[in-house]
Amino acid sequence: MEFSNRYILSFALVICLVCALGVSSAAVALRAPQQANLLLYKQQNVLRAVGALGEDEKATPDRVKELFSQIQQVVIDRKTGKVLDETPESLDLDKMSRDPEHSEATGPTYRDTLVKRVPDKLLAYEVHIPGKEGIVLPIRGYGLWSTLYGFLALSPDGLTVKGITYYEHGETPGLGGEVENPSWKAQWPGKETVAPDGKVLLEVVKYGTVHHPEYQVDGISGATITSKGVSGMIHLWLGDMGYGPYLETKRQVQ
Amino acid sequence: MDKETKSVLIDPFLIKNPITIQVLGICSALAVTTQLKPAIVMSLALTAVLICSNTAISLLRNKIPGSIRIITQLAVIASLVIIADQILRAYAFDVARQLSVFVGLIITNCIVMGRAEAFAMGNPPGKAALDGLANGAGYSLILITVAFFRELLGSGKLLGHVVLERAADGGWYFPNGLMVLSPGAFFLIGLFIWIQRSLTPRLNEEA
Repeated sequence: MEFSNRYILSFALVICLVCALGVSSAAVALRAPQQANLLLYKQQNVLRAVGALGEDEKATPDRVKELFSQIQQVVIDRKTGKVLDETPESLDLDKMSRDPEHSEATGPTYRDTLVKRVPDKLLAYEVHIPGKEGIVLPIRGYGLWSTLYGFLALSPDGLTVKGITYYEHGETPGLGGEVENPSWKAQWPGKETVAPDGKVLLEVVKYGTVHHPEYQVDGISGATITSKGVSGMIHLWLGDMGYGPYLETKRQVQ
Repeated sequence: MDKETKSVLIDPFLIKNPITIQVLGICSALAVTTQLKPAIVMSLALTAVLICSNTAISLLRNKIPGSIRIITQLAVIASLVIIADQILRAYAFDVARQLSVFVGLIITNCIVMGRAEAFAMGNPPGKAALDGLANGAGYSLILITVAFFRELLGSGKLLGHVVLERAADGGWYFPNGLMVLSPGAFFLIGLFIWIQRSLTPRLNEEA
């Protein structure tokens, strides 16, 4: 069958429109359950980081909600470290990070994290679950292929690590993707985070070169760049540009 | 049921199986078969996409201009795959995360394009849908069998339930590490192909 060019063009156009309509209506219609899933998944990761939920433990939405009632989400003024009287829901940190008036450039020291600006306010989770008290900090930074998003859980005084989880990344499965490996994550609890003067000690070193097991974490073999990325984002977020001032207030309370 | 419909339905299971005979869709067959559950979800997703794409292409078969037929098929398949992915993310979040890119890669799965081009372009919608169902089932058969052995031998479990108590957990079974890695799937699929060709000598190519 022969078709005119005009027919071919209009056919292509109609197909594109129909397909676009199908895809976008699916995306819009399913957004609510998808976002509920994502939120639940993030909350489960907060709980896993602080050890309130086992590594493979699946928690029902109700259980997560119950545990989360003992977690306080706080908004922090990044420069002073003071907890602000604001609700986290009203805060759009991504938007803030893009606005030069409400964020600060991280500069060349943290260039490898590809976190170009940090917002003036930060979120943290203060965990009051009995036996699992601590602080959970959202962290993010670039690895080899992708930005890794995760949570770092610290003791209530912020001096030692309680755990780490990554909930979103696009690193190579089996290499950089091993940041999700339970046996690698098991190294973290108990590591020292910062020196008394606020200098960040915690770091990930090249595989097999741990000389100070008090604060060095062994890197992932075959994933040097991802390991460096993890180290870099730890330095950014625990340092003065990140949660440093907030952690200092935590040390003074103790 | 006439003979032709029967052959459309039955052939893809054995003598025209997309994986063991046509050796299509191998990428996902290797990647998502370490456990039974993702393999089952992947099979369902692919079968659903295949039925819908075959039906849609078959309905349009007399309208699609030959010069742009491949890209038209691709657009239809890609849209269906995105919708399948969105549904999984909404209702089977954990499995969707395990399957990660492989749901999206259904688009490039040669089975889908192959059936659209080879069958749906020349047959009425009812038959094309049956063909999609049968080919999806043939793919699922292999995927689920491979996943069954890989999960059982590789981690001593089935659908997450302990079947063979692992030595590390106080049992007697020493898991076969090879089964957890991709080569394990290669070996299994290779074995299936070998067994099948030994049983039906007419499938053998001349040496």
